[in-house]
Amino acid sequence: MSALFKARKVLAVCLHGSRSLSQLAELPETHQLLRQTCRDFADRELAPIAAMLDKEHVYPAKQIKELGTMGVMAMEVPEELGGAGMDYLAYSLAVEEISRGCASTGVVVSVNNSLYIGPILKFGTEEQKKQWISPFTAGDKVGCFALSEPGNGSDAGAASTTAHQEGEEWLLNGTKAWITNSWDASATVVFATTDKKLKHKGISAFLIPMPYPGLSLGKKEDKLGIRASSTANIILEDCRIPLNNMLGPRGAGFKIAMQTLDSGRIGIAAQALGIAQASLDCAADYAHKRTAFGAPIGKLQAIQFKLADMAVAIESARLLTWKASLLRDAKKVFTKEAAMAKLAASEAATFCSHQAIQILGGMGYVTDMPAERHYRDARITEIYEGTSEIQRLVIAGQILKEYQS
Amino acid sequence: MSGRVLVGVKRVIDYAVKIRVKPDNTGVVTDGVKHSMNPFCEIAVEEAVKLKEKKLVKEVVAVSCGPQQSQETIRTALAMGADRGIHVEVSGNDYETLGPLQVSKIMAALAKKEDAQIIILGKQAIDDDCNQTGQMTAALLDWPQGTFASEVTLDGDKIKVVREIDGGLETIKINTPAVLTADLRLNTPRYATLPNIMKAKKKKIANVKPADLGVNLTSKLEVLRVEDPPQRQAGMKVETVEDLVGKLKESGKV
Repeated sequence: MSALFKARKVLAVCLHGSRSLSQLAELPETHQLLRQTCRDFADRELAPIAAMLDKEHVYPAKQIKELGTMGVMAMEVPEELGGAGMDYLAYSLAVEEISRGCASTGVVVSVNNSLYIGPILKFGTEEQKKQWISPFTAGDKVGCFALSEPGNGSDAGAASTTAHQEGEEWLLNGTKAWITNSWDASATVVFATTDKKLKHKGISAFLIPMPYPGLSLGKKEDKLGIRASSTANIILEDCRIPLNNMLGPRGAGFKIAMQTLDSGRIGIAAQALGIAQASLDCAADYAHKRTAFGAPIGKLQAIQFKLADMAVAIESARLLTWKASLLRDAKKVFTKEAAMAKLAASEAATFCSHQAIQILGGMGYVTDMPAERHYRDARITEIYEGTSEIQRLVIAGQILKEYQS
Repeated sequence: MSGRVLVGVKRVIDYAVKIRVKPDNTGVVTDGVKHSMNPFCEIAVEEAVKLKEKKLVKEVVAVSCGPQQSQETIRTALAMGADRGIHVEVSGNDYETLGPLQVSKIMAALAKKEDAQIIILGKQAIDDDCNQTGQMTAALLDWPQGTFASEVTLDGDKIKVVREIDGGLETIKINTPAVLTADLRLNTPRYATLPNIMKAKKKKIANVKPADLGVNLTSKLEVLRVEDPPQRQAGMKVETVEDLVGKLKESGKV
C-alpha cells in the first residue's frame, strides 16, 4: 500500500471517529427526544407499578403492548417490516430508560429485540423475516432465545438438544433451560445439534412457534429478581418442524448464537445501566432528605464518596455501552467493546444497588423503598447473556489477538 | 375552508420538579431545571392530531412563543403528529414579561396569516395558571370560544363542545372559525412513537419575530415580588363544638 493511500485511510478513520466521539459527548436531537419519551413512559407507566409487578410476578402485557405501539419492541427492524428503523445507540438509550422504571420490562424488551428478532433479521430469508419478525413488532407477541441447557450454559458448544431430518421435517429432542419470556412468548429461536461429530460446528438454529405440539414449558422459575419476566425450561419431545424452519445455514448455529449474543450484550448492558441509575436516583434523593447528626446525610463525606463512586461506575459503563453501539452502527467489529460494556454495566449495577441499600440503611432493606428490588434485579445481569467470567475471556481473547506479532 | 388547526404549546417547568423561589424573590429558579410541554398543551396537541387522523382537518400547526429552547417543545408536538411548527422568537426581557395578552395577540395575528380554522390551546399553563390566553385570543379575533372542553365534536361548519363548569357539564354549539381550550379529561395524550420521532426531524419549523406579525410585546404588568406560600401552621385540638366556635370567632374567621 502506498503511503498516501494509507494516510487517506487513517484520515477517514479519524474523521469518522470524531463524529462518533461527538455523539458520545452530546446525543443527536432525535436520540435526545427518544430518550426523553422513553423516560416519561418509564416514570409514568412503569415505575408506579414496578413493585407490584415484582411482588406478584405479573407480566406487564399492557405496557409491552404500548411499547410495541411506540416502536420500542422492534427498534432496529426496518419500517417495511413493522419496526422503528432506528440504530443501536437509540436502542441502548431506550432499554436503559425502560429498565430504570422496571428492570423486568427492560429484559422483555431486550430479549425480543436482540435475541429473538436480532438473529432472524441478520440470518433469515425475506420470507422468514415476514413470517417471524413482522407479527412480533407491535408488542402483542414476543419471542425468546433458547440456547442454554440444564447441562450447559457457558459451555454453549456442548448443546445436547438434537435435530434429525426425517423426510420433509426436522425432529427436535432435548431440554433448554433458563429461557426468558418463555411463558409469554409466541415463538422461539432454538439451537440444536444436527451433526454431533462436527462439535460446535454441528449446531444449527431453528424457529418454532409457541405453543406447538412437541414443545412444552417447565415450571416458571421462582427467581430472586426480574420477577415480572417469566423464566422456564423449554422441553422438546419429538417436536416436528418444517425444513424451512431452519434459520441460516446448517452448522451455522454456534456462529449465529455468538454473534447474536454480541448484540444482546449491549441490550443487557443498557438494562444494567437502568438499574444502576435507578439505584443512584434513590440514594441521592434519600441523601438530601434523611437527616442525621443534625444535617442531611448528603453532607457526610462517607455518603458523598459512595455517591461519587456510583456515578463514575455508571457513567463509564454508559460510555462503553454507547461506544459499542456506535461501532455496531458503523458496521465495525464490536465484540470486545460489547463484552466490556456488559461487564462494566452489570458490575456497576450490583455495586450501585449494594451501595444504595447501604446509604438508605434500614430503609434500604424493606420493600417500602425500591432499593431492595434494584439489588435483587441487578444480580442476574452479571450472569445471563454471558457471565462476567465469560466476558473477561472474550475481552482477553480480543486483546491477545490485537497484540499478536 | 382551510381545514387548518393552530395549536399553541408552551414550554414550562416540568410538573414533577420541586419549584424553588430565587433568593432575590424576583421569580423562580429556571436555570438547569427540567422543562417540558405544558400538560394541557399536550392534550391540545393530541386533540388536534386526533381530528387530523379522523380526516376532519387537513393540517396541524404547532406554535410556541419563547426562546431558542421552545423549539424542543415544538419538536415534541411534531413527534406527536403535528405537520409543521412556527417558533415565535421571544427572549430576554420580553420573555420575562411575556403573558397571555401578548401571546393572544401573536396567536390572533398568526391565525389570520395562516388562515386557521380552529385554534386549540391548553386551558391554562401550570406555571402562571392564568387561564386567559384562549379567551383573549377569541376576543381579539371576534371568534366564538369553547373553553374547558372535555369533549369536542366537529359537525359540518359548527363545533359541539362539552364544557366542564362548576355546576357540571355544559354543551354548546359554536360556529367556526373558533378557539377551543383543552381541559384535563378531553383525552389522554399519546407517547410519541419512534418512527414519528424520526419523521419529526424532517418537519419544518418556521422562525418568526413578533415584529413581523405587527405585535407589540410591551407589558403593562410588573412583578413586584415572588415568595413561597406561607408555611403551614400547626393546628390545635378542641374539646367541644362551643370551643371550636369560640376559637373561630376569636381569630376573626367567623
